[in-house]
Amino acid sequence: MTTEAHVHHPNYVKIWAILVVLLIVSVLGSMSHIREVVLIAAFGVALVKAYLVAKNFMHVNVEKRWVPYLLIMCLLFVAILFAGVAPDVMKRSGQNWSKNPANQLVPSGAGAGAEAKHE
Amino acid sequence: MSSSAKPIANTRSATGIPTAKLITWWVIASEIVIFGGLLAAYIMHRLGHPEWADAAAHTNTWAGAFNTFVLLTSSLCAVLAHKAADAHDGPKAAKLLRLTALGGLIFLTIKGFEWTKDIHEGFVLSSGGFWSFYYTLAGLHGLHVLAGMVIMLIVAADAAKNRELQRVECIGLYWHFVDIVWIFLFPLLYIAR
Repeated sequence: MTTEAHVHHPNYVKIWAILVVLLIVSVLGSMSHIREVVLIAAFGVALVKAYLVAKNFMHVNVEKRWVPYLLIMCLLFVAILFAGVAPDVMKRSGQNWSKNPANQLVPSGAGAGAEAKHE
Repeated sequence: MSSSAKPIANTRSATGIPTAKLITWWVIASEIVIFGGLLAAYIMHRLGHPEWADAAAHTNTWAGAFNTFVLLTSSLCAVLAHKAADAHDGPKAAKLLRLTALGGLIFLTIKGFEWTKDIHEGFVLSSGGFWSFYYTLAGLHGLHVLAGMVIMLIVAADAAKNRELQRVECIGLYWHFVDIVWIFLFPLLYIAR
C-alpha cells in the first residue's frame, strides 16, 4: 500500500513538457528590455510553474482539506511577516516615525537608483 | 512487537491522512515559513535597493536555467517513482528515485562551478547585501537538495526490495517542494536585474 487512496496519475511527461516550455518562455522574456515583460516572464511564469507542480506532481488538489488549509495558513504567516516588516525596510520615514538620521546619509530605497542615474 | 508490526503512530490517523504523509506535509508547511520568510526578506530589501541590480547582473542566467531544467526533470522522475510504487513495482520506483538523486547531484555540481567562479571573481558572502542573500538562499536550498538526495537513496534501497513503498510518495512530496522553491529562486536571483 502506498496511500490510503491511490491518486489518479495524469500524463506526467506532458506536464513536464509544459513546464520546460514555460522555463524557455521565462528565459526568453528575461532578455526583453521592457520591464513589464521581464517581470511577467519571471514571476508570472514562476507562479504558473509552481501551481502546475503543486497540482499535478504533489496532488494538492486531491488531498484531504487539511493539507491545503495547512499550506495556506503558512503562506498567510509569510504574508503577515512581509506586510509587517516591509514598511520599515523599504521606507525611510512614515507617520510619526523616521529612521536614524545617520542611516539617511547613505542613499537607499526606491529613489536611490534614480538619484544615481541623475548623477 | 513482531518484526511486521508497526508502531501505533503509523496505523492511527485522525485526519484520514497516513501518518508518514501527514508528517511530510507538516515538514513542508514549516519549510514554507522558513523559505517564505527568507524570500520575503530578500524581496523587500531588493525593492529597497535598486542598486543591487549591478550585483545581480553577475549571476549566470544560463546556469540557473539549466539547473531549473535539471530540477524539473528530477521532479518528473520522482512522480513517476510514486506512480511505480502505486503499481507495487518497487524496483522500478527505486530506479527512478536514483535517477532523481542523480538530478540532485547534477544540480549541486553546477552550483559548485557557479560558486567557484563567483568566489574567484571576488563575490563572497560579505561582498554586499545581494551576495549575502544569494549565498544564504542558494546555500540553504542546496542543503535541502543534499538532504533529499540522501533520504531518497535510503528510500530507494528499501523500495528495490518492495519494502516501505509508502515512503516513495513522501520523499517525492519533499522533492517537489524543493523544486518549487527553486522555481521562485531562479527569477529572483537570476532574472530580476
